[in-house]
Amino acid sequence: MKVSAAALVAGIGIGALALLPALAPPYYASLMIPFFAYAIALLGFNLLFGYGGLLSFGHAMFLGFGAYGAAVMSGVLGVRHFEAVLVVVTLAAIVAALPIGFFCVRYVGIFFGMLTLAFGMLFHSFLFKFYHLTGGDSGMRVPRMKLVGLEFAPYNKIELLAGPFYYYCLALLVIAGLVMWRIVHSPFGLHLQAIRDNAQKAEYLGVHVRSMRLAAFVISAGFGAVGGVILGFRIGLADPELVYWTHSGHLVFMAVLGGFSNFFGPIVGALAFTLLQDQLQSLTQYWRFIMGAILAVLVIGFPNGIAGIVTDLRDQSARKNVP
Amino acid sequence: MTALIETRHVSKAYGTFRALEDVSIGVHEHEVLSIVGPNGAGKTTLVNLLTGLTVPSAGEVFFMGRSIAGIGPTELADRGVARTFQLIQIFPKLTVGETIATAVISRQRKRWRMLSRLANDDAIESRVRAVAQAFGLADRLAARSETLSQGEKKLIDVASALALEPQVILLDEPTSGVSTADKHRIMRTLIAAARQAGVKAILLVEHDMDLVAAYSDRVIALAEGRVLANLPPTAFFADPTLIETVVGKRRTR
Repeated sequence: MKVSAAALVAGIGIGALALLPALAPPYYASLMIPFFAYAIALLGFNLLFGYGGLLSFGHAMFLGFGAYGAAVMSGVLGVRHFEAVLVVVTLAAIVAALPIGFFCVRYVGIFFGMLTLAFGMLFHSFLFKFYHLTGGDSGMRVPRMKLVGLEFAPYNKIELLAGPFYYYCLALLVIAGLVMWRIVHSPFGLHLQAIRDNAQKAEYLGVHVRSMRLAAFVISAGFGAVGGVILGFRIGLADPELVYWTHSGHLVFMAVLGGFSNFFGPIVGALAFTLLQDQLQSLTQYWRFIMGAILAVLVIGFPNGIAGIVTDLRDQSARKNVP
Repeated sequence: MTALIETRHVSKAYGTFRALEDVSIGVHEHEVLSIVGPNGAGKTTLVNLLTGLTVPSAGEVFFMGRSIAGIGPTELADRGVARTFQLIQIFPKLTVGETIATAVISRQRKRWRMLSRLANDDAIESRVRAVAQAFGLADRLAARSETLSQGEKKLIDVASALALEPQVILLDEPTSGVSTADKHRIMRTLIAAARQAGVKAILLVEHDMDLVAAYSDRVIALAEGRVLANLPPTAFFADPTLIETVVGKRRTR
């Protein structure tokens, strides 16, 4: 995709998101907070999956790490500046991801997936069972924090989420998107894609396969933690469900839904998932059934996801036109 | 004359099976050296030793005077040895330009640049163009590798290896999977491009005796893990019993 086309898509998206709080009721604006969190986390997830070819089934552990990190920093240690919490927790996630990634990236395919799942389950068990440290199933409280040093005292929680925090998260998404755009278009990004396509050939072209996979892993962990901090702030709670494997499954779902072979696909997937889940949950308790059906249709009919539908249809019609 | 790559009394055993036994060979500057031998002669083991993939059970492997035993493909590429495989290896989703750039990034030691834009790097860009030019792929830079013809895939496979600007390149049956009519054209392109890229020596693993006769400066024949002959092609092809041992099975096919 050319830079100009990508910039146009991004510009329209940012413009629409910037106008949303003014046009939609506060409920919808606050509903978008999880979207921002997932979109940022998925940018990282897709560096690993779409660009690196490694599908993690335990990625929710880093969102959980972010949320619990926020709870520890603000609730236990009393740091009330959101920026400080964000930076420290993200760096901590990167450090924590190093040993986990060290083991995981020694494997590829299903073994990588299973190993990440296993680490995710370990972390979940730790959060669930170490009650005196983590609060067990009742989780840990994430208190309200200052944004850019401002208290926003007159705002209630919904107003804060639908107003200042909304724009704060939009800005974070834009920054995260720009950083990830640079990463995937850098020499490192190209080497990562070479590894995805053919690791053996890549090695013989001087690509540091394992350490680059590890780098992608820890970067994706950092992005996941940013998403987790946002989620923790929104809910006001870090609870073990954030780390449960079904939550990791949701991340995979979003990436496939949006289209992991497109830079913007995961962002589209996060948006579609957030809106679908909200609408379906209010319609029926069998919302997972409909979600599953949608995923099945997409995988069979449009394997490149929502973002790839246009190109898929174009390819199909081009194939039909071949005499 | 000192050798660029050499093995000194190398043996390799897998359990009780001795794949190579006391092999001492050297690849010299300005040389195309062919390694021939029937299946099971130890060619693959020798190639794996020469490319630092496996560690010998006994003996040593040197590249420019330094041991390369078991250093692995990435380090080998950094030191200046490239290789291609018998089966064509491409990056299906990467374009021709990106495939070459992958090697150029390694060569220019820019692999850990995470935030600099590849598209704005003129040093990489001009190198990619030059390599593509040498292989006649200059107008295919934006084509995805999976959409190329079989011959073009072979060319991009070798072009990317040569983009490392190696001292030595090992070509494992470079014309396998290419039509008979095309094999000499491809071979000439490869050797000319390798020379142009500054490659000092070419190691050729080949079954096709036409190609061995046409392009080698020296032929090493392996049989049952030992060096059977180490001769110039004229002397090699003048010995019918030698040819029989090396390609006997193939001829009767």
